[in-house]
Amino acid sequence: MILTVKTLAFGYRDREIGHGVDLSLQGGEVLALLGPNGAGKTTLFKTMLGLLPVKAGEGLLDGRPLSGWSRRERALRIAYVPQAHAAPFPFTVRDLVLMGRVAHLSAFALPGAHDRAIAEAALENLGIAKLADTPSTEISGGERQLALIARALAQEARIVVMDEPTASLDYGNQMRLLAHIRRLAADGLAIVLSTHNPDHALQAADRVALLKDGELTALGATRETLTPNALKTLYGIEVVIGSVPGSDAFVCAPRPG
Amino acid sequence: MRVFLSRLPAAVLGLAGLALLALFSMMIGKYGSGPGPLFAALRQLVTGEGSDPLLATVLWNVRLPRVLAAVVVGAALAAAGATYQGLFRNPLVSPDLLGVSVGASLGAVAGIFLSLPVLAIQLAAFVGGLVAVLLVTGVGMLVRERDPVLTLVLAGIAIQALVGAGISLIKILADPYDQLPAITYWLLGSMTAVTRFDVFSILPALGIGFVPLVLLRWRMNVMTLGEEEAQTLGIDTLKTRIVLIAGATLVTAATVSITGIIGWIGLVIPHIARMLVGPDFRRLLPAAMMLGAAYLLVVDMLARSIASIEVPLGILTATVGAPFFLWLLISGKRGWS
Repeated sequence: MILTVKTLAFGYRDREIGHGVDLSLQGGEVLALLGPNGAGKTTLFKTMLGLLPVKAGEGLLDGRPLSGWSRRERALRIAYVPQAHAAPFPFTVRDLVLMGRVAHLSAFALPGAHDRAIAEAALENLGIAKLADTPSTEISGGERQLALIARALAQEARIVVMDEPTASLDYGNQMRLLAHIRRLAADGLAIVLSTHNPDHALQAADRVALLKDGELTALGATRETLTPNALKTLYGIEVVIGSVPGSDAFVCAPRPG
Repeated sequence: MRVFLSRLPAAVLGLAGLALLALFSMMIGKYGSGPGPLFAALRQLVTGEGSDPLLATVLWNVRLPRVLAAVVVGAALAAAGATYQGLFRNPLVSPDLLGVSVGASLGAVAGIFLSLPVLAIQLAAFVGGLVAVLLVTGVGMLVRERDPVLTLVLAGIAIQALVGAGISLIKILADPYDQLPAITYWLLGSMTAVTRFDVFSILPALGIGFVPLVLLRWRMNVMTLGEEEAQTLGIDTLKTRIVLIAGATLVTAATVSITGIIGWIGLVIPHIARMLVGPDFRRLLPAAMMLGAAYLLVVDMLARSIASIEVPLGILTATVGAPFFLWLLISGKRGWS
């Protein structure tokens, strides 16, 4: 278990968003977090990343309380792929990925050949090496998502938290991104992602956690946990889940009233 | 290494161009214009013999300090502007907008009013600038629901009005024959009265202020990603922000303490530098400094040559800067995306 939270309460200073969350994460697995808008997915992520303090309960990263790590030490263990990356300045994709190295460098140091090599490798890994010199403000949403994942890889953390990585991508980019995520988990990374699409969880996640009103309603292996009943609890709609001839993926479809 | 070598000529060319411009600036003026007088004055300086003591005074005690001040102040304001724009993630932010300049003015005016020594005036300017930027950004942090840029701008306007009231009060209280003309003239932004001592006196403050900007020049890039992203990448953003703001504010305040408010450079020059070399602070900082120095050299040359009277610098920088700012707004080009 590289990340464990027990009876975790999370939220902002004056407002609790959720409580009683038990979760653990290990290398090589993809955990998908599903829940309606406002369920607290992003807030839970921010707490896991140490951006918000733990309000109650316990959060352990590599056996030490989340708050016990400095920002730098935490960044060496857990990386973040934000959903909305609004860059005000046109850094090239290469420079953006290179910024993932900052936790590995002392305060006044500049990135060296070693760091640049790691950034190049991360670009190669996600197949965006040809974009290296393009300003990150001029690439598509899918490419930007890949660039941010490459930055997380350059950070060399064992856990990567992705906030709705497939949101606002076209269908092709969604599928390619999920394939990348599976591959990175196969390489040993622990990946937590949130999504609004049950199909994406069925397709890419080993386990799912269902969050409603700040509490986990279910947690477990994807196909056992992500059932029509669970989705009805979560979203209040009737669905069926099954496979389509010719594909080994399970998909979710609405059931007529 | 290859990158370093390919950057080297640009830096050398820039510095050489700046040196030529400064040399040219030494030849412009009401008295002793052209290369002849400059050579004559140089010969007087080297050989100790010469027949024109006035020429020596004009060139070495009046013009040289101005040229040095133009280089130093232009570079400092552009560097501060580039830093603020990065930290506040907004290419329209400047030392003027954040109230740093006017806050530093209040400090310096109070210093003049109290007849403090030069170093104390610099310190007062720094404290004034820092208090102003803290107030403006503090309001910006309190009002979280609104558009942060709008909040920053409006808070800046309010703080500037408040500080302006303080300056007006001091002007009323000041001795109308001795202090008031000095304060008024200085508030317009001018390098006319700058002495060599003034220029040297701010070098320590500039040196200290530049240290964090230079040392943290790569981290500065990460800071432009915003608070949360920078934190998850492993940066202690609060500490970094404080150190960088203190550095940029010290640099601004030091220049304000000798030349008054020279507006627009901190806004416009970092833009042009970004268009030329891109947003990477490692290149942006030196490029903005060189351009800022060159720009103020040119503006100062115009100030003392286009009219029979000396045109205050603030008038010239505003005539160039304000239309540029409006063009940025209207064209939506903004120069950063």
